[in-house]
Amino acid sequence: MSAPSQRLRTSPARPHRIVRALTSTNHRNIGFGYLTISTIAVIFGTILSWLMRIHLSWPDWKLPLHGPILPEDYLALVTMHGTLMLFFVLTVAPQSGFGNLILPAQIGARRMAFPRLNALGMWTTAAGLIVLLCAFLVPGGSPIAGWTSYPPLSVTSLAGPGEGAGQDVWLTSIALFAIGGTISAVVMLTTIVKLRCAGMTWRRVPLTVWGWFTASLLVVPAFSVLLAAVLLLFCDRHLGSAFFIPHADVINSTLVSHHGTGSPLLWLHLFWFFGHPEVYIAILPGMGLTSMVIANFSRRRVFAYRLMIATTLAIGLLGLLVWGHHMFVAGLNPFAGTAFAAASLAIAVPATAKVLSWLATSWRARPWLSTPMLFALGFVSLFIAGGLSGIIVAQPILDEYLHNTFFIVGHFHLIMAMAGVFGLFCATYYWFPLLAHGRMLSERLGKWHFWLTLLFTYTTFLPMYFSGLGGEPRRYAQLTGLNAPAQALLAAHTVLQFHITGGAIALGLTQLLFLFNLVRSLRAPSIAPDNPWSATTMEWAPQGMLEPSPDLPSPAAYHRPCHYTDDGSSFTPQWESPQPSTVEQE
Amino acid sequence: MPTILTPPGIYQPRRPGRPGDLGEGDSGSGRRPPTDKRTGGNGDGDNWSDRPQGRRGPRERLSRARVGLFFALGGDLMFFIALVSVFFVAKTSSHFDAYSRLINDWLPTAIPSILWLNTAVLLVSSVCAEIARRSMFRETDLMDEWFGFGRPTSRRAAIWLSATLALGALFLAGQWVAWTQLAAQHVLFNSNASSHFFYLITVAHAAHLFLGIAALVTALTLLARSRQLATRQVAVDATVWYWHAMGLLWIFLFVLLEYGQ
Amino acid sequence: MPSTQAIPPALRFWHLPVDGSWHGHALDSHLLLNLWIALALFALSNLLLFVGVLSSRRAHRPIHKLTLEYLPLLAFAATFLLLGSRASSLWATQRYTGAAPDALQVEVTGLQFAWYFRYPGADATFGHTRNDLVSAAEGNPVGLDPADPHGADDIVRPQLVLPAGREVDLTLRAVDVIHGFAIPEMRLKQNAVPGQTQHIHFTPELPGDYAILCTQVCGLGHYRMQAVLRVLPAADFNKWLIEQERSKDAEALP
Repeated sequence: MSAPSQRLRTSPARPHRIVRALTSTNHRNIGFGYLTISTIAVIFGTILSWLMRIHLSWPDWKLPLHGPILPEDYLALVTMHGTLMLFFVLTVAPQSGFGNLILPAQIGARRMAFPRLNALGMWTTAAGLIVLLCAFLVPGGSPIAGWTSYPPLSVTSLAGPGEGAGQDVWLTSIALFAIGGTISAVVMLTTIVKLRCAGMTWRRVPLTVWGWFTASLLVVPAFSVLLAAVLLLFCDRHLGSAFFIPHADVINSTLVSHHGTGSPLLWLHLFWFFGHPEVYIAILPGMGLTSMVIANFSRRRVFAYRLMIATTLAIGLLGLLVWGHHMFVAGLNPFAGTAFAAASLAIAVPATAKVLSWLATSWRARPWLSTPMLFALGFVSLFIAGGLSGIIVAQPILDEYLHNTFFIVGHFHLIMAMAGVFGLFCATYYWFPLLAHGRMLSERLGKWHFWLTLLFTYTTFLPMYFSGLGGEPRRYAQLTGLNAPAQALLAAHTVLQFHITGGAIALGLTQLLFLFNLVRSLRAPSIAPDNPWSATTMEWAPQGMLEPSPDLPSPAAYHRPCHYTDDGSSFTPQWESPQPSTVEQE
Repeated sequence: MPTILTPPGIYQPRRPGRPGDLGEGDSGSGRRPPTDKRTGGNGDGDNWSDRPQGRRGPRERLSRARVGLFFALGGDLMFFIALVSVFFVAKTSSHFDAYSRLINDWLPTAIPSILWLNTAVLLVSSVCAEIARRSMFRETDLMDEWFGFGRPTSRRAAIWLSATLALGALFLAGQWVAWTQLAAQHVLFNSNASSHFFYLITVAHAAHLFLGIAALVTALTLLARSRQLATRQVAVDATVWYWHAMGLLWIFLFVLLEYGQ
Repeated sequence: MPSTQAIPPALRFWHLPVDGSWHGHALDSHLLLNLWIALALFALSNLLLFVGVLSSRRAHRPIHKLTLEYLPLLAFAATFLLLGSRASSLWATQRYTGAAPDALQVEVTGLQFAWYFRYPGADATFGHTRNDLVSAAEGNPVGLDPADPHGADDIVRPQLVLPAGREVDLTLRAVDVIHGFAIPEMRLKQNAVPGQTQHIHFTPELPGDYAILCTQVCGLGHYRMQAVLRVLPAADFNKWLIEQERSKDAEALP
């Protein structure tokens, strides 16, 4: 049995490029697959948010090919915007997308563990997105219960349009998403635990990897509980059980007679047990990246590096214990409210430690203000702007006034949505030379993109704090046609409404600049040097770490990341083997 | 070990790289004996205990599969914990009826006694699975195989895994009998809150066992077809640990259904 | 009859509406404290970020972990503890105990997409209700059970009228889905969950008309699920209540 003859027998004609891409189990293709999912979702999500804002500012505006936006259309927009953005953009892109693209290289591995399982995770997530987008097409339209789908509204088609087939489609999509996400997290955890290269000890693992690691640790329990909750809700809808339906519930003059005495609060508990870790899953990779990028461009080691590892883990652990702060006024026992408030305020401590470290690392460092650095600094600014209001809403007595107002909308859009998006932009600008075979994004366009995005982010989301303090509730299909006192209450903020709408549209349009930059750079020749940012982490090693090739030598890590001389003029990358005289003592 | 002792049936040249199988040429077979333990401390100044795992030794893939399985089972456990916590909530929740009386309409579902038999079958199947798993790691057999004296490990494991498969199928058939018995008594999914859980829990567990049976079939196929010892070891080991986990889970769920209602 | 009370400048700065309830004063002062602290920290941290990044001279690598990280962290933790304990004492005052025994009892029922308010009438006892009897078209929007004699004198109105200066005990109930009962100008919010009753108590102080909003998405009419809270001086309220009882009797007579 000679080798050539075996090769002849076993290797058929190479399939078409598209077929190969679709059946690929290469982590790079899978990572780009996840980013494609997020890109589709973010385009839809942004357009939906524009429609919402335009409708709120000009209620009589008619959507071409559709007509006026009815209240049920508005709630469908709210639901789909939230689901697309939180599930398929903010979770998928930083965690699974950049996780697959960069994580193996950062720990010196040339692959992810279980490649076929990894591909299965990506395709399951893709199926989730496709199913979700189908919700626009089913009879009755998309669900109207919001991304949180509180029962009994989400339990029966009696409760409103979109609660029939639309809600079923939503549940299917979320189940697929939960399964895909869990698979991806298991692959990622195994990769981090088992596939680190020689010398890549836990002490030498970069903070980005700690972010992905902690987020994956959260995904496994949180998404499993979400899957169970979705399954139970499905039983309530179609199999006559009553896990979430109270006894003798009358919806739309029809008695919903299911067996048992359920409680809608049970869904809230299960959903938020998933929902709160979920927002940390969205932000933890960004936090890690921000630490590393600020350190890199400041040419300094991350300030209090080991404390940053501890705070990442602490945020993850506490994140599992604070779900009740979404339920202060939802019928939770007031004593439980106090307990959850204490746990929620406790999270502010590690989060503050992170902010202090970011400030100290960049303080008077004369950093190189490249575009990725600017986005990392923008992340810090948004994190503070959103985090400070988080302390306010963590106090139940204040949440009593602010719950479900635009204050909350402003809070999570700044700290999770926009900070998360800034993390994604930072990642794109920073790693683009690796992802696009040595091409760089234009720095000039990138800076314009950053400043305009920052400006319009604040223009859009800061006024939401004020309109929320003024009492404007979330998810109101229109702010006109209300009764006289409500009209008087909300009339004070009409100007803010136009402000927010204008900001949102400008914020979306600014991203065309980014797209233009992306397209232009992809057509440009590759000019970037091997390590254009003078980075210290393994993905920049000259051996082409992102290229999956078994024939290249396995690298080894010799140092901790962020190893710079004190004046910032030179640095020691992790892959550089030490001279005998400069062996680092750890 | 001089490589001249390596029999041709075991030695495998590295296959041309497939996109899905990146850098996974080193299975351990044909290089080091399959019982190789991690070595180190050769005085080269390298701190082995502080070095994470590279691709070293035949146990590497095995431990990777175990770590992956551990995390996946953690998620699975949370899934069942969520179901069981809802079980306890539903069991104790009550409502006021039209006469302001507090009504708790939880009626315990009578558990068919065949479930005791099923439990015993599942326990025996786990024992068989464990024998199969251990036989994959018996050092004398491994060395025999490495020297080219047939495949004693796989032959033995295949027998015991087939027994596991048969007992597993028997368990599922037994569960089916239990469902039909209950259905004959008109205890269906939507009869009562407790019957929701009976069906939910047993069906969810059965779905997991179906996955386990699929894994057993895969492992048996690999035992017959795969020439790489490490692949066979990983397949049998992961399948059996999964099987044990499902067995333990069943005992917990069964005790819950039998005594927890 | 809008409230004529001038809004204090601090509230106006933060766009807060007028505060018409007794517990709202403490809540507002705590909220304002939080907001000012947040604003100050936001400005300070962004300033530090900006100055630190733009500073033209490179400083040595910060090494004083104690002064730069742990001491500020301790100070922040103390601040959070202070704010948290102040908030939780306010929360405890409002929520840990029920209303005083002499509080005015009103039941609030939410259903898609309206609020109904029930006063117990002369016998001071609410009649029994059943969800399956709920029918606004038949004049029984909260599902009063005709078999229960206590229900005969219950007054059901689509508007909440309360006396100023007297504690009110609201019993929240939902017939179909979760609704959010909120009166921004009373600094009050509590979800009405079907299958449960929630109690919330407060003391309105300032006479006027206030908006009652639904703050939990409840279906396509969520945005128009509102009612009016009319706070009357105590004497006017008694007059109103007697009037309602009379008209109730007049309904019952034929």
